[in-house]
Amino acid sequence: MQALAPASPQVAPAGRTLDVDDLTVRYGAAVAVDGVSLAIEPGEVVALLGPSGCGKTTLLRVIAGFVRQAGGRVLVDGAGIDHLPANQRNVGIVFQNYALFPHMTVSENVAYGLRARGQRGTDVGQRVERMLDMVKLGAFRERLPRQLSGGQQQRVALARALAVEPQILLLDEPFAALDRNLRLDMQIEVKRLQRQLGLTTILVTHDQDEAMSVADRIAVMNRGRVEQFDTPVAIYDRPQTLFVNGFIGTTNLLPGKVTGIVGDTATVAIDAGAALRLPAVPGLGAGSLVILSVRPEQLVLSPVATADSWPIEPGLSLPLGSQLVHEARTVDGAALKIVEPRRRAASEAQRRFCALAPDARPSLFPRSTSSATE
Amino acid sequence: MSVASTALTSPLRGEEKRWRLAEWQLALPLTLAFSALFLAPLLLLVATSFFNDDKITQPGFASWTKFFGDPFNYKVIFDTLLLGLKTVCATVVIGYPLALVFMDLSPRLQKVLLFVIIMPMLLSVVVRTFAWIVVLGREGVINQGLMWLGVISEPLRLLQTELGLVISLTQIEMPLMLLPLISVMSRLDPNLRDASAALGASRWRTLFTVIVPLSMPGLVAGCLLVFASSTTAFISQTVIGGVRLIYLPLVIWQQSLVVYNWPLAAVASLSLVVSVLSIIAALSYLGRRSSRHLQG
Ligand SMILES: Nc1ncnc2c1ncn2[C@@H]1O[C@H](COP(=O)(O)OP(=O)(O)O)[C@@H](O)[C@H]1O
Ligand SMILES: [Mg+2]
Repeated sequence: MQALAPASPQVAPAGRTLDVDDLTVRYGAAVAVDGVSLAIEPGEVVALLGPSGCGKTTLLRVIAGFVRQAGGRVLVDGAGIDHLPANQRNVGIVFQNYALFPHMTVSENVAYGLRARGQRGTDVGQRVERMLDMVKLGAFRERLPRQLSGGQQQRVALARALAVEPQILLLDEPFAALDRNLRLDMQIEVKRLQRQLGLTTILVTHDQDEAMSVADRIAVMNRGRVEQFDTPVAIYDRPQTLFVNGFIGTTNLLPGKVTGIVGDTATVAIDAGAALRLPAVPGLGAGSLVILSVRPEQLVLSPVATADSWPIEPGLSLPLGSQLVHEARTVDGAALKIVEPRRRAASEAQRRFCALAPDARPSLFPRSTSSATE
Repeated sequence: MSVASTALTSPLRGEEKRWRLAEWQLALPLTLAFSALFLAPLLLLVATSFFNDDKITQPGFASWTKFFGDPFNYKVIFDTLLLGLKTVCATVVIGYPLALVFMDLSPRLQKVLLFVIIMPMLLSVVVRTFAWIVVLGREGVINQGLMWLGVISEPLRLLQTELGLVISLTQIEMPLMLLPLISVMSRLDPNLRDASAALGASRWRTLFTVIVPLSMPGLVAGCLLVFASSTTAFISQTVIGGVRLIYLPLVIWQQSLVVYNWPLAAVASLSLVVSVLSIIAALSYLGRRSSRHLQG
């Protein structure tokens, strides 16, 4: 750990901006990436987060130059790179399966990019040593990839990608194959290296916790589109679409209707049986059918009815670390999850009514009219 | 303590022993079939070679000294091995790029091409060989085509030449080169090629530093099969090569079925087996050395 600073490359390359401009990729008739635009700042880590098959890998492959887009552009520092073949883009990529060259030792793998650039002799050796020290694999330089553990292979893949000082670093679900503890270590490690080198980085993941902890900003993708591109906190607190809302964290969905608007405050009658006063949302006027989304920790329980509470049928309570998760059901049949600190846990008799916590910031989304009863 | 441990392990040991016996018994039919169909004829061949006369009555070394006393036979052995090597080279030069192209095709086209590759194997070698006579002959497709294009004014002599033989053997043995190559290449991780490109390597560099070393096992297997098959391809050698080109299989045929000198035929057969096997052993040794890192 203490040897990190001297092991770092002497010149940290200045981060590049990466702009993806209205990118569309088709496989035959199927659209894998659909009009994606992202403006990424120098040295920033952006997580592409989304369910399997939403086009994350395809987007990376276009940036790396392995796949041609049907439309749109990719720009590094404002200059288009679309005309460049993959081997002239200087984009580092770590594949989900690492894709180490199985017939080369660890140091040959790391030296590969340097040799491909025509470097020879002691320079290459020194650089390889430095990279291997950086990922703490100096003792493994003569091993073949299959003689390494998953975490070690991943560090070799990282060292191999970083050895050539790429302009941009792309990581395709790099931690997915690692077990939990190792994953956390590697996340910290990658973040540290990325900071140290000031590298503009895209991290593909379908793990929201990983995106939250590693990324400066998250692009939530769904069916080839970016639904929201924002900081982790903003995405968690102010999801812009129902999809983002459901994909990030756990949430409770309560159907209802806007009954009136006074100034900035909307009154929403939820089907569970309460009238709640919430900040008005543009476009959702009186009479709109809505869905109210509330995080489990933004709900509180009480034994007696209050002005803004609604009755619930208590269900199971499950301990989750330092917290307790209560399940409950509303009168209209919606399932609720409510999280409380374990110290303040309410007994079943006390779990009769549910209300918004005072500092709760629930989100309102329009409800499709097909389910309307009017 | 020891009593307890024996008591614990002995039933296990008994089971193990029973299993080992069963495994040994399972291998018995194959062993017997192998001995009867392969080892016995080979021993018979060796025994036959140590007789002096074509009636197989006087034991001795005369057949061996006669065969190897004739310089002509050395040339035949040499020509046979050279024919094998030339065919191997031609199938590699044409087959390897074809296998590379195969990897880049869509799954649908791959299926079609695989069928095209395998189809010749469903036809008898005799049919394929006679087809090549039509193609290579004075009035054949190649000569007509070249003359129509104005490349040549006189028909080329292709039948009964080594060139014509190598051309047709290349086509006839091609599946034996392509199938092992394709089977090894299709197991390569496609990300390796992309990883190499992302690190700045050109296509050629990727080919020679990543794809060729990793497809070595398939290449070696293909070479061995083509070599063994083309050096012993009696029908193609005699039908296309005619009587002017003499290879070991023809010598064996003449001695055994024309002259009826079986001891001499046995010596020629054993020379073929030993010389082909030694080249194969050398090739596979080199192949194993170059792909040592790939096996566990
Ligand atoms: N080579 C390909 N040919 C055809 N369709 C593909 C190919 N690669 C990906 N796809 C399709 O494109 C979509 C996006 O895939 P991908 O980018 O791999 O998703 P993700 O990485 O988010 O799981 C998927 O529907 C997938 O089936
Ligand atoms: Mg993917």
